[in-house]
Amino acid sequence: MTPASSLSGPAWRPPWPLAAAAAAAALLALVPAVVSDAFTLQVLLLAIMFGALGACWNLVGGFLGRISFGHGVFVGVGGYATLLLLHHLKLTPLLGIPLGGLLCAAVAWLVGGPTLRLSGHYFAMATIALLQIGLLLMINWEWAGGAVGLEAPLGDRPWMLLFRTKVPYYWIAVGLAFVTYCVTYLLVHSRTGFYWRAINGDEEAACSLGVPAERYKRLAFVLSAALTGVWGGFFAMYVGFIDPESMFSLTMSVQIVLVAILGGVGTLVGPWLGAAVLLPLSEGTRVLWGSSGLGLDLLVFGLAILLVTLFLPGGLVTLWRRRGPAGR
Amino acid sequence: MIEALTAGLFNGLIYAAVAVGLALIWGITDVINFAHGEFLMLGMYAAYWLYTLGRIDPTLSAPLVAVALAFFGFMVYALVIRRLQRGPAMAIILATFGLGLVLRQLAFIFFSPDYRSLPDTLLSGSVSLAGMSLGRPQVVTGLVALAVVAALFVLVYRTRWGHALQAVAEDRQVAALVGIPPDRVNAQVWMLGSAAVGLAGALLTTFFYVFPSVGTVFGLLAFVAVCMGGFGSLPGACIAGIAIGLIEAMTGYLAAPALKTVSVYILFILVLWYRPRGLFGRW
Repeated sequence: MTPASSLSGPAWRPPWPLAAAAAAAALLALVPAVVSDAFTLQVLLLAIMFGALGACWNLVGGFLGRISFGHGVFVGVGGYATLLLLHHLKLTPLLGIPLGGLLCAAVAWLVGGPTLRLSGHYFAMATIALLQIGLLLMINWEWAGGAVGLEAPLGDRPWMLLFRTKVPYYWIAVGLAFVTYCVTYLLVHSRTGFYWRAINGDEEAACSLGVPAERYKRLAFVLSAALTGVWGGFFAMYVGFIDPESMFSLTMSVQIVLVAILGGVGTLVGPWLGAAVLLPLSEGTRVLWGSSGLGLDLLVFGLAILLVTLFLPGGLVTLWRRRGPAGR
Repeated sequence: MIEALTAGLFNGLIYAAVAVGLALIWGITDVINFAHGEFLMLGMYAAYWLYTLGRIDPTLSAPLVAVALAFFGFMVYALVIRRLQRGPAMAIILATFGLGLVLRQLAFIFFSPDYRSLPDTLLSGSVSLAGMSLGRPQVVTGLVALAVVAALFVLVYRTRWGHALQAVAEDRQVAALVGIPPDRVNAQVWMLGSAAVGLAGALLTTFFYVFPSVGTVFGLLAFVAVCMGGFGSLPGACIAGIAIGLIEAMTGYLAAPALKTVSVYILFILVLWYRPRGLFGRW
């Protein structure tokens, strides 16, 4: 994908959002120097990761308007690819994570064919079905750990992305998040992004104007899946233990969607904003009440979903837009 | 082989019983209720407690449970769905998903995660059919499911009220112009669909465990049945439900029981490949 060239119309602006993102990333990277509390760092890391996952989802769900409720499948495929390569072939995650992303892209390309023709509920259901297929296959695949799951080895080998402390992972997450933001920014402001929004607005009209809709829908799905897979690989290395239930999880897939919705669907900053609000809330409730064994954290999560969709359907971005002209 | 298929057929009828309410709501109001499985779970707990505390057999309490669920469906429609109906489809999917999560966790807290079952109901026992022995609860539930589908079919496609429903499904505004109140019709559909799933839930307690996440077991398969059957098609949902039961039975018999649900989902995606609006969906 070339960045927006002069061909892509008048929308090419000086990329000040990229500069702002770089500044934000630099600030976030400094946090471990000030804060040493492990929990705060973990919440920050998760917020960054879910912001990125929401941004990846947004390519398909926001700009293309195809709501995927099965993005967890790419988290799972990326994570499993990384850990299986590490486990069985001793391949460093530095290669395994990109390979996991490529595998996700391949899966998305294959699945995109039949499913991207669907719209609305049918696409949502098809992605859930995909997630369930992944979950059930992994549970029954003994070589990949079966229902028990897989562990990353312990150790302190940076070239294997194994660290004793969580701080290096945090820095990796900040760097990856910056890359994710840049990729989504450049994509959305390129001709590809305009095509996506045209397809979202009216697919038939876009086709009649010569937009190769099939190809660009597939491209969105493949790119979104590849990025999500990379994050899945990172997540697997970060937590060090994966099992089918946690990687191919419907709740996680919904959380990705929710982050984007809470912030604002189809906006570049929305998912990051949503994650910055939601993750501290969900992690906080998990710590406060999660150990009660009653699943109160999930109850709060469900209530949050209900309240957000009922009272803030346009996302947090709309709060800010109401005050003045939208200066995206 | 034939025995496995027959068992699969009756399982399929049960899936169909769970799915018809969903198909009805989706077809008329264009809302897919992701809390449908939790509606089923509520119906099952209602029947369970009526039996445990009130000594009312699930067979007899089924109508009561249906009425209770109808009321619950009305509440959900009035408090949640009606406000979101003009918004994006995603908002409703998410809201109902959140509602399902809340209901599941509330059941978890109030009813504990235990697996409960009713030991001895009026339906307990087995019947023999052409030399095969089948559980009597399954057979009765399957037959009731067929009757419910038939009744709903007649109600929606053959009565004046049903035509009003279809008019609202076709075009809300035009229906309102000719004097059909769309909000009231939608509320009635939610009540009817919820009552159907309540009935299925009550009968399900006669042979299936009751636990807080029982809804996800049946819920996802019900969604698959409804999508596979086609947008809002009641016979479609019923046939797809039976098909799912048969495929599960076949996979369990020929390959491995652990893979039976995988084959259902794969078949679902294949069906959508060839018929993007389901088997009997309107194009």
